Amino acid sequence: MNDNDEHMPPAMQQVDWASPQMKARLNRRYWMDRLFRGLGLSAVAAATLFLIVLLGNIIQTGVSGFFQTSIEIDVSFDASILPDPALPRSEFSQAVAQVNMQRILRQALLEKFPDVKARGDVVRLTRLLSSGARSQLRSLVVRSPNIVGTTIPVQLLASDEVDQAVKGNIDVSLPEENRKLKNKEVGWLSLLQSENRVSLNFHPRFITSGDSREPELVGVWGAVVGSALTLLVTLLTAFPIGLAAAIYLEEFAPRNRLTTIIEININNLAAVPSIVFGLLGLAFFLGAVGMARSAPLVGGLTLALLSLPTIIISARAAITAVPQSIRDAARGLGASPMQVAFHHVVPQAMPGILTGTIIGMSRALGESAPLLMIGMVAFIVDVPTGIDDPATVLPVQIFLWADSPERAFIEKTSAAIMVLLFFLISMNGIAIWLRQKFERNW
Amino acid sequence: MRNFVQKALMGTAAILLLGSLSVRAQDNIRVVGSSTVFPFSTAAAEEFGNSSPFKTPIVEATGTGGGLKLFCAGIGTNFPDVVNASRRIKRIELDVCSNNGVEDVVEVKIGFDGIVLAAAKGAPAMRLRLRDLYLALAAQVPAPGTDGGANNMIENPYKFWSDIDPSLPRIEIAVLGPPPTSGTRDAFNAIAIEGGCRSFEGMLALEKEDPFRFLSLCRSVREDGAYVAAGENDNLIVQKIIGNERAIGIFGYSFLSQNTDILQAYPISAQGGPYLAPTFDAIAEGSYPISRSLFLYAKKAHIGVVPGIQEFIREFISERASGDFGYLLDRGLIPLSEDERSASLASVNGLVSLELN
Repeated sequence: MNDNDEHMPPAMQQVDWASPQMKARLNRRYWMDRLFRGLGLSAVAAATLFLIVLLGNIIQTGVSGFFQTSIEIDVSFDASILPDPALPRSEFSQAVAQVNMQRILRQALLEKFPDVKARGDVVRLTRLLSSGARSQLRSLVVRSPNIVGTTIPVQLLASDEVDQAVKGNIDVSLPEENRKLKNKEVGWLSLLQSENRVSLNFHPRFITSGDSREPELVGVWGAVVGSALTLLVTLLTAFPIGLAAAIYLEEFAPRNRLTTIIEININNLAAVPSIVFGLLGLAFFLGAVGMARSAPLVGGLTLALLSLPTIIISARAAITAVPQSIRDAARGLGASPMQVAFHHVVPQAMPGILTGTIIGMSRALGESAPLLMIGMVAFIVDVPTGIDDPATVLPVQIFLWADSPERAFIEKTSAAIMVLLFFLISMNGIAIWLRQKFERNW
Repeated sequence: MRNFVQKALMGTAAILLLGSLSVRAQDNIRVVGSSTVFPFSTAAAEEFGNSSPFKTPIVEATGTGGGLKLFCAGIGTNFPDVVNASRRIKRIELDVCSNNGVEDVVEVKIGFDGIVLAAAKGAPAMRLRLRDLYLALAAQVPAPGTDGGANNMIENPYKFWSDIDPSLPRIEIAVLGPPPTSGTRDAFNAIAIEGGCRSFEGMLALEKEDPFRFLSLCRSVREDGAYVAAGENDNLIVQKIIGNERAIGIFGYSFLSQNTDILQAYPISAQGGPYLAPTFDAIAEGSYPISRSLFLYAKKAHIGVVPGIQEFIREFISERASGDFGYLLDRGLIPLSEDERSASLASVNGLVSLELN
């Protein structure tokens, strides 16, 4: 018996399955099979592990970003500083806006800590509280004017340094010169803590407000609205244009050299680095058309250029997958080519087209590089109200916070990533629901 | 289905129409420029928005060079009103400005920044001269035993700090710093590398003979892996040196001041001078060798058209921002002296046009 026989028994030869050679061959095949399955399983396990480590890390650092420390201080709303609550409501709130709330805050803190005298110490003492505490007081007085002249305990936001110390992110046992929170501040803080005046609460402001330079005052809402407006523009431009292009190329275009060149170019465009689309947006939408910088309109149109190739390619694949028999049957019953396309082919292909659109939109949601060029990587405090207001988007917000020097921004960055993931999952959820709605069985 | 397609097409048409109509005036002040000034600019912008009747300015971090390019591109609401710079505007940039119709530019000095060399707390302590930095980081250095000059240059052979000076620890030279597009890198090359270069007699002689060759030799950084351009993100550099005790990071003072519990800054000595750590006082009085000025530039043509520009710039140098306990100092800005502050205030109030000679 030579080597060749061992691998390839002649077809007509009676196979002796019980022979040791055949047993060995079978064993080897089973073993390869098990090995392959094992490798596949470990690949899935490794991918899951990475995902768990990544998500676990983000959630572990990010969860505390949704919480914020506040300090309870007895504030006397001095009637000699504040306006008369008997004034008409609009006049009263205007007058409150003029009041120096810092003075009321300082008085309240000095009553609590009467030993503090030196100017530097007083400044340090007021820095226990966030600079947002002033506007907290202001809105409190505007909301309930009858507190003027009384002294009541108020929960005020602590500064980011205090917040980090309370959360245990600053080690107060280090030598004093090695930390920003000095011994005096730590002393005041522990006194307040011993009186149960320091509390860590859920912080709705993180969801509802726009950007800020103070970590304790930041919020993702501006970026969420910016992302939503940008993606709306992207969807409304890229989806119809991509769909129309795909239908034309698949159903109507003649097969010639020109359409082949167009096809190749569309496929290549899908691989172009996203910053190139940003440069295109800068030159065309801002330069030639003269649209407003930093607006979701420009961002959305730029991202539409970016996601068009993805949408066209997947829509074409979905349209090709519709059986030719359906087209033939429709034509046989007298449908015009357009009726064939819109009544039969597109509805059948819609689930696939929507899948492609989701992929394109998800990519657009995560992009920040092309937006750099058109001015959406910016510090913008106000929440946008329309597609031509200055706005930023979630990935950009994450990037900006990751780049900020204050320690407290680390947890805010992770918290914003959690919001981005939630946004992505809900967007995909809606798309999957739409896909199932359009799914038709023939 | 047809309905759906029709609606979608109408939506597209509406978007495109809106797009072509949206050439409307935005009346936010627009600020672009240096990422070093960005933390200060945004803080001032927010405070300004909260405490004045004007809208909160929009601040973009484009880098000093990129910002000046945008700023000088023209006059009108589509061009920024103010640019932050971590170095002074160059003659050539000002020429670009005036070629594009941006004739009068107001310069305001807002403070100082120190460029810090730091490592993780656990790393071995070091004291460095600018000469050591030059020998460690330049692409070409004078051959050992010579005093430099065009004919004595060799490719940088130094692998360990102790190769440069036996009193330095024997650890590999690994420095993480900003990329060439950054103003911080420009300033570091011009002050630290060139400063060290000037301690060689031969190089000084070369400067007289061939200033261009001098600059190219004294400002180029080695590219064999000892210097790693770690991106514009200074926080990333901080994270990386915390993870690697053998690496040294180069970044702005504001990042040191926020991370004093985990970082140690290396004292630096200029030629013959004392070793000085980058402290607030050392940078403010200019004795720390690697410090530089930070500037704002505003377009005179926009003042009065876009509301609040003058008031916004005044916010930077106001008492509550950069006075003794100002909020910008909290963020790591090194303030101007009283005299310089009143000079800056005078140029804002008088809208003095910048002249470079």
